[in-house]
Order: sequence, then C-alpha cells, then structure tokens
Amino acid sequence: MAAYIIRRVFGMLLVLLAVSFIVYFIFIVIPGGDPAQRIAGKVATSANIADIRRKLGLDHHGFTGFFIQWYDMVRQLFTAQLVSYANQTNVVQQIEEGLPATFSLAIGAAVIWFGFGVLVGTISAVKAGRFSDRAITALALIGISIPVAWLGLILRFFLAGDGGSGVSWFPDGGYVPLTSNPVQWAYHLILPWFTLAVLFIGFYGRVLRSNILDTINEDFVRTAKAKGLSTRRILVKHVLRASLIPIVTLFGLDFASVLGGGAIITESVYQLHGVGWYAAQSIQSQDLPPLMGVTLYGAMFIVVFSLLVDVFYAYLDPRIRLS
Amino acid sequence: MAERLLEVNDLKVRFATEDGVVRAVDGIAFALERGKVLGIVGESGSGKSVTAMTLMGLTRGINARFEGEVLYKGKDLLQVTDRDMQEYRGNELGMIFQDPMTSLNPVYRIGEQIAEAIQAHEKVDKRAARARTIELLRQVGIPNPESRVDDFPHQFSGGMRQRAMIAMALSCNPSVLIADEPTTALDVTIQAQIVELVSRLKDDFDSAVIFITHDLGVIAEIADEILVMYAGRVVERGTTRDLFYDPQMPYTWGLLGSIPRLDRPRAERLHTIKGAPPSLINLPEGCKFRPRCPHAFDKCMQEPGLANRVETAGHLDRCWLDVAYKREHRDESISGGSAEAA
Repeated sequence: MAAYIIRRVFGMLLVLLAVSFIVYFIFIVIPGGDPAQRIAGKVATSANIADIRRKLGLDHHGFTGFFIQWYDMVRQLFTAQLVSYANQTNVVQQIEEGLPATFSLAIGAAVIWFGFGVLVGTISAVKAGRFSDRAITALALIGISIPVAWLGLILRFFLAGDGGSGVSWFPDGGYVPLTSNPVQWAYHLILPWFTLAVLFIGFYGRVLRSNILDTINEDFVRTAKAKGLSTRRILVKHVLRASLIPIVTLFGLDFASVLGGGAIITESVYQLHGVGWYAAQSIQSQDLPPLMGVTLYGAMFIVVFSLLVDVFYAYLDPRIRLS
Repeated sequence: MAERLLEVNDLKVRFATEDGVVRAVDGIAFALERGKVLGIVGESGSGKSVTAMTLMGLTRGINARFEGEVLYKGKDLLQVTDRDMQEYRGNELGMIFQDPMTSLNPVYRIGEQIAEAIQAHEKVDKRAARARTIELLRQVGIPNPESRVDDFPHQFSGGMRQRAMIAMALSCNPSVLIADEPTTALDVTIQAQIVELVSRLKDDFDSAVIFITHDLGVIAEIADEILVMYAGRVVERGTTRDLFYDPQMPYTWGLLGSIPRLDRPRAERLHTIKGAPPSLINLPEGCKFRPRCPHAFDKCMQEPGLANRVETAGHLDRCWLDVAYKREHRDESISGGSAEAA
C-alpha cells in the first residue's frame, strides 16, 4: 500500500511536469503568443521588444532556449515568484485570493449535486417506467443539455437583483466571505450552486438509474430477498451500495475539476472572483504566467483526487487490490 | 405419518411478456413432509426454477399471474402479502441458488451476510449473531470458521461459497430448504460433498428439502421422491426407486440416458435427447414431448393426464404408450441406442 502510494505520487509529479510543458508549448506556438510583442504594443520598435524580452527572461534562443524559459517559469511558479506579464501581480497570491470563492462554490454545489443526483437516480430507478421516472428523465436531459452560461444568465435575469424581471429574491452575483457573514455567504451562493449543480444532477441521476436497474437483477440481490430482508434494506444496503461505486469515480474527478477552478463559466457569470474567474481573465489577456498557474493548480487537484478515488474504490470493493 | 410441511395444488405461473404469455408452470402438484427430500428434475426452461422461486415468493411482480395453492403448514403463501412474505423467506423457507459466485454480495464479509439473515428474523445482538454464524460455518464444514467468518466471498473457493450459502439458508432453521441446482456450477467431487452435506443437515435441522437439478445422477442418492418436469408440467412422478428401475415416460428415459457413465462400454458420443424444449409461449398440441419423442403415435395428439398406469401406487406418468411395450423398448433410449451392454 505504501509503495503503491509512493509510486503514484511520483507519477503525479511527472504528469504535472508534462502538463506544464504542454501549456507552455501551446502558448508559444499559437500566433500572437509572443508576450513581448503584445506588451510593446502596435508601434513598438524592435529595440523595445528586445528590451521587454530581456526583462521577462524570454531572450533565450533556439531549442535549448525554449527549455530554459519553460524551466524558469515552472521554478518561479513553485517558489511563488511568478508574476503576471499583464499587471505584474504574483500568480500564486492571486490564486490564493481566489480559493475561498472557488472552494465555497465547489463544496456547496458538490453537496447539492451528489445529494440530488442520488435521490433523483434512485427514485427514477425504483419507479422505472412510471410517470415519475419519465418526468425525471425529461428534466435530467434538459439539465444536461442546458448551457451553463445561458442558465446562469436566465436565473440572474428572473430571480436575482433587479435584472429586469421585477423579481429579486436573490442577490445579483458577488461573494461574501463565510467568516464575515455565513448567512449572506450562503444567500449569495444559492444561485451559483444550483447553476453549477444542474448539469451534474441530471448526469449522475441518469448514470445511477441505469446502475441500479442493472444491480437489481444481480443474483446477490435475489439472495438478499430470499433471506427475508425488507425491501428498503435490500435497496439501501445491497442495491444502492453496489450501484454507487461507479458514481464515486465520477464524483471524485468532477469535484476535483470544480475545486481546481473548472467552474469558469459559473464563476464568471456570477462575478465570483475565484480561480475560474481568474483563469477567464488571464485567457482574455493571453497572460501566460497566470494560465500556467491555474492550469497546474487544476491539474494538481485532478491527479490528487484520482489517487484518492482509487484508494477509496479499493475500500468500497474489496475485490480490488492496489498494487 | 410425518408432518406435512408443504402442499402444492394445481400451481400455475404465467408471465406476460412482449412476445406473449409465458406459461412457465402449468398445473403442478406435490406434497412434502418433514424429513423428506423431493427431487425436481428437468431441462432448462422446464419450469423447475420458477416453481422453486414461486414457493419463496420471488417470482412476484407486475407481469406475473398465479393460480392454485401453495400451502405451507396449511397457509396459502400465494395469498400472503409481500410484507408478510418477508417473514417466511429465510425463516420458514430457506433457499440456495445455482451460482455461489454471484449469489453472495461481493462487498460484504461472509459473516456479515449470514448474520444479516439471522438479525432479519430474530432479535439478537451483533455479538450473538456472529457467534451463531461461526457455529453455522463450522456445521457446513468451513475450516477455521473463527477467522474465515471475516473473509470476503472472493477469498472463498466455489465449494466453500456454496457451503456459506447453505449456512445462510439454514441460519434461521427453516422447515423447508429449497436447493435450486446447488451443484451445477461446481466440479464433480465438490458436487458429491454438497449433496452429502445437504442430506446430513436436513437431519440435523429436522427440515425437508426440495432439490432441483437437471442431473438425475446427482439426486439418486438423497431424493425420496422425484418429479420430472417438462414444459411446465409434471410428466412423471414416483419414488426414486420407481424412476430409476421402472421409468414410464420416454422423456425420463432420455434424462437417464444422458447421464455419462463409466460402467458402460464406450459409446461414440454422449447420449442426448434430440431437439429442444418447446417455447412456453407456443406449446405443441397434445403431449408436449411428442415432437421429440421417438415413440410418438397418433394418440399422442391428445394430451395424456398425469395418472397411475403401473402396478405401483403413487407412480404417475403422462404417456399413452402401453406399459409392456415401454418396458421392452426403453433400454434402447436409456443405454444409448445400439450400444447395448455387452
């Protein structure tokens, strides 16, 4: 077990390095990607550009130069010295400032989507073929299909602030820290939570429904019935337990991606200044250091959570051995 | 006379499917007394498993229709509500299934699964349930039950899993143990051990057993009475002795003939019954075995009733053929055509 985890951690570091390299490579390759040229502006002289290049440490040439610049950037990032090209702010510090909003959004939405996903999927499977199943299926498909940006704007327009509908049950965007006012914190986050959760609720509900319907026909469920267990106990202890195992993988990776700043659209629509919002800003200004920062930050969550999922999986299904 | 535990009268089970009504069981009857072993034999699709599951109430569903009676100690189980049926399952009627690999839940420990059955029916605490589980595992012949009780199913061999299933089925001391092809998924040496175990535990627990199989050889030793099923009907019924020494139904001959035997000169190939069982949606007219029967004649277009046609009372069959003719010709089918014993 210990050896397994050490091996996995080593692999994770390699993945992160590879991700950073790919991000850097893509940025250098895209047209107009040269930061020195962009910073210098439209009427810059070549001396100007060379000057900026030297300041940014981008004056290495050729094949080895590419590697040196990439290495410099990764080193600066990991020593928290990397600064933005656009406004000279410290990247790590900016990400840290985004953490409260991103974590608040991710954790709240995850609780909602997991809870409702399981509820909806279970009801749908138990009532398979009946009206409630069909209704849930229709809603789930709508939830999966709705673009998040559109849903966010519609909810803001109809339910929040004075968007124009006359109804203002919820505040229109913004973030109140949990520590300063927990009630306002939750109140401000309700719409973003649901906006982010809708897609996942629909998706998890569908996956769980089909898992349950498969599991219900398993021989061990028939055995449980033959033991004389109650219907509820069979459903919860035998059917749901087995059906949730695949959901755990989905949840681990989805949750990691949202924690890692993946809710870019939701954060942007609701003006939550989290990591996803920071990423959106940086993409607009083609600012490489923050992009490198948020990408590695997100990738870190993905690799860490995929390890956690694997370990948890082995706990859930004793047939799996980690080695 | 021993206590009559189970009496099945004219049981019919039908399932509505998209293709039509499946007549899975079409009017079967039998009785079971304490201490007895009833064998039910037939091919896949003959209705033997549906019969067994119906006794347990496991075939209930929106598309299932039942007729007749399943009297357990005088109470008709077909009329019992789903909720009350839970009290009978496991407690009064225990069941073992065909495939011990898939019949145990892979994510729970063996002991947990057996204790769960005990705690479903009796108010005992965890510790007592565990102690009883260990004792049960010992009774079914699991070595080191104190430590094996905490194993997961995948850590058990196939034979041990089936033993654990038997322990689970017997955990609440049911009066009737239903074993639905318990040996089919096991290899031959283990089969014999399981059969022997069931037979011994039946006496230890003072219960009755319904043993379902497609292999007459398996139950020859333990069954007191045998029902041969075909297309949802009983086509022959008698004591094990009657069935083996004076079989009356050509289908039974086929089953007897398809047991591989080492005490016969080597035939070219294993003997089989030609053709396949009929569709239960579209049954043939007359005798249901007629299309596959080498001895069929014009009278077989009418279905024969289950009746006593030989000297031995209680030996019933569904065949129009003359008894003397059958006694003369059946050895060909049983010992495999021309390969007569030298």
